Amino acid sequence: MSDVSFVVNGRRVSGTAEDRTLLVHFLRENLGLTGTHVGCDTSQCGACVVHVDGRAVKSCSMLAAQASGSAVTTIEGLANGSDLHPVQAAFKEHHGLQCGFCTPGMIMTATDMISRHPEGLDEATVRAELDGNICRCTGYHNIVKAILAASKAMSKGVKGRAKQAA
Amino acid sequence: MGIEGVGARVARKEDKRFITGAGRYVDDMVVPGMKHAVFVRSPHAHAQIKKIDVRQAQGMPGVIGVLTGKELKADGIGNLICGWMIHSKDGSPMKMGAWSPLAVDKVRYVGDAVVVVVAETKAQARDAAEAVDITYKELKAVVDATKALEKGAPQIHAEAEDNLIFDWEIGDAKATDAAIKAAAHVTRMKIVNNRLVPNAMEPRAALGHYDKAEDHFTCWTTSQNPHVARLVMSAFYNVAPENKLRVIAPDVGGGFGSKIYIYPEEIVCLWASKKTGVPVKWVADRTESFLSDAHGRDHVSMVEMAFDKDNRITGLKVDTIANLGAYMSLFSSCVPTYLYATLLSGQYDIPAIHANVRTVYTNTAPVDAYRGAGRPEATYLLERTMEAAARELGVSPAELRRKNFITSFPHQTPVIMNYDAGDYGASLDAAMKTADYAGFAGRKAAAAKQGKLRGIGMSCYIEACGIAPSAAVGSLGAGVGLWESAEVRVNAVGTIEVLTGSHSHGQGHETTFAQLVNQRLGVPIDSVSIVHGDTDKVQMGMGTYGSRSGAVGMSAVAKALDKVEAKAKKIAAHLLEADEGDIVIENGALKVAGTDKNVPWFQVALAAYTAHNLPAGMEPGLKETAFYDPANFTFPAGCYICEVEIDPETGTTEIVQFVAADDFGNIINPMIVEGQVHGGIAQGIGQALLEGAHYDAGGQLLTASYMDYTMPRAGDLPSFKVSTSNTPCPSNPLGIKGCGEAGAIGSPPAVINAITDAIGIPDIAMPASPSTVWAAIRAAKKH
Repeated sequence: MSDVSFVVNGRRVSGTAEDRTLLVHFLRENLGLTGTHVGCDTSQCGACVVHVDGRAVKSCSMLAAQASGSAVTTIEGLANGSDLHPVQAAFKEHHGLQCGFCTPGMIMTATDMISRHPEGLDEATVRAELDGNICRCTGYHNIVKAILAASKAMSKGVKGRAKQAA
Repeated sequence: MGIEGVGARVARKEDKRFITGAGRYVDDMVVPGMKHAVFVRSPHAHAQIKKIDVRQAQGMPGVIGVLTGKELKADGIGNLICGWMIHSKDGSPMKMGAWSPLAVDKVRYVGDAVVVVVAETKAQARDAAEAVDITYKELKAVVDATKALEKGAPQIHAEAEDNLIFDWEIGDAKATDAAIKAAAHVTRMKIVNNRLVPNAMEPRAALGHYDKAEDHFTCWTTSQNPHVARLVMSAFYNVAPENKLRVIAPDVGGGFGSKIYIYPEEIVCLWASKKTGVPVKWVADRTESFLSDAHGRDHVSMVEMAFDKDNRITGLKVDTIANLGAYMSLFSSCVPTYLYATLLSGQYDIPAIHANVRTVYTNTAPVDAYRGAGRPEATYLLERTMEAAARELGVSPAELRRKNFITSFPHQTPVIMNYDAGDYGASLDAAMKTADYAGFAGRKAAAAKQGKLRGIGMSCYIEACGIAPSAAVGSLGAGVGLWESAEVRVNAVGTIEVLTGSHSHGQGHETTFAQLVNQRLGVPIDSVSIVHGDTDKVQMGMGTYGSRSGAVGMSAVAKALDKVEAKAKKIAAHLLEADEGDIVIENGALKVAGTDKNVPWFQVALAAYTAHNLPAGMEPGLKETAFYDPANFTFPAGCYICEVEIDPETGTTEIVQFVAADDFGNIINPMIVEGQVHGGIAQGIGQALLEGAHYDAGGQLLTASYMDYTMPRAGDLPSFKVSTSNTPCPSNPLGIKGCGEAGAIGSPPAVINAITDAIGIPDIAMPASPSTVWAAIRAAKKH
């Protein structure tokens, strides 16, 4: 058994888990954070993407014990209270989801993608960077649209804040 | 149309929970005392079970039970059935082989469930499953349907000689043969429709809970039709009587047909819960899904299409072999018959059609409906043949199609269907305009200068949706009626619950059904809740598949709304001392037409429940139920155009544009309809370019994970250009045709027509992967 202790969505959690427990299973089963999904066994589908220390990680490709000492953000921790994160809002506005199963992973990947591209995104880049996330419902059309819109909205936000600071 | 009414692009109500991680899928459910099940599955495609030794597994840590098919049979659990009876042309009934939820004497495909292990944790159940010792005597296997029909092929079921399930026909053989004989030109093709795995992103799952105190079962399951699941598990599988079985399909992560059927696992989880005394949850691994979900397609057909000297089609003859896998899944028999051969007239006026269909057992996963179900196979066959014919006749593919279009309605085809409305020329024109079809030659020349092969292909599809008129399908062998039910419950303060037998697993019913209520009663959609997916809440329903929720499910809601509206008007007329016939509903109030006298909706609702001042003899309350049985199928149709660019050095195909022009009749929410089309096209392009389930000759599935089975990813696809036209459907009160399957039906032939056009070859196999395309280019150069 391993001791597991990390901060998830701003809250310190600790527990013990079998050594072989994956982060995704610890989140879902020990912490009840079922927004992070399991869609495959081979780290291909991306339904389990969370942020670990600010970077997108497939939580099925990491042991729970390896996350000890980290700060983890899951889909449940993305919104600011009742205010949706701009990526969440864009997925709703642009109909970037249907059955909703891949959606948490898509949104966590998109958030990471946008933060790594402060210069903005184009369609080809978004499509290439979605390589690790599979959706069976949307044909990606509206997911791409939502990510581009969120990227635009967030860069405006950054510029706006920079202006205010100046 | 109001801002939330019919036709409005309303953002979805259900999105809030999905984008915040608050969706509730079966795997998210936790019941006190719940334990975990893992199935031991056959590693062999065909073998006798000689011995099952569970002793070691039973002693493993955390193990609660290790259960076999013998125990299941001893408890009287029934075999799985196919619910649609097809008779062969000699009059004999289809040959249904026994399918036990846990195999008893024999296994028939890799993945066949044999033993279930229940343990404290899933990891412990998995460890113990490894320790179950099953002795098999391997038998020869056959995976190819044509080979399975050959004399001397391995016999899979004692009930089906030569593995033939049925040999069925439709249409007029004599007239068709005469047309071919008299033809000025005959186009002949061999058409192969590749086997696919549906791959909803949420793997199948089941949670069975037996409550000893109440002697009652609850099953949470990934189902597109929980009521059908309850009916079949009660009536055929002997799990429990209907009043002792509640089936709940909560949020379901996609279905595409694969979650229509009742599989062994939900039956076993319910039975095992009673047997072990604990709630039992099973969630499929992805590889388990690949092995055991019902697959789709897998047809091989020979086709002959006859033309007269004016290039009019005079006859169509089709001979199809359909692979149904190791067992007959719930609706497997209707897919290659009444959902396939009845659509072989396509959008064309064809005087004589004959189709013969043989369905065959093989040592592969069961095959059943996958998005489109039969109609993609019919469309692929027809639209590939039309393309080949145009090239052979030296005429424009668009004009050959246009010349043969059905232009007057209703139109009776020679294969049962009676098309009620359509304008096929309008879709063709719209698609060609959007695609700049006229400018293609210039684009091809420009691509050639870059060393690229550019091709264009079209497909004009039709499908039969709004499934289906109960008496009609009953006469064709269906074991159930295909109506839908609805209940509209108006609360005392005017908020509304709509209970529907349709089930949403991505389609957005919580929004679109509420839009219909808003259109009719003016109540904001936030005050309308859609209740579905629970047999304890909704009395009965037939579920969601065959693009039926709008055309059939919402028509039932419309009928119930008619009754609610009629009663509300009576109450309002009484309160306003006006004539009932003068009452109109506008902006959330009931008004006397042409006056300013009105009573707000909520006051009418309140009056219905206080019952202080109702018309004489009226019952209190405002709640109405309706069952809607459609008068006909609906016939969505359209034209898809695909343009590709191929790199001859690598065989890589890029889709440079994809245009869809669909006629879905009336539309409730264009945003949602477009989303359905996008997703369907992606699956169709997947079939054409990327996806294929491959078994080796011994029956091992070689494509059993996302490492091997190529799912379409964002980088494989373009953004799509979609549009709709509208000939309202005259067969239901809302004029809706349905949109859920069109994309997957119309797109594969458009893609393959484009690729064969680019390379200049008559045919190429699906999926046209880079290696297949590269080899085809090399072969074409040699000739």
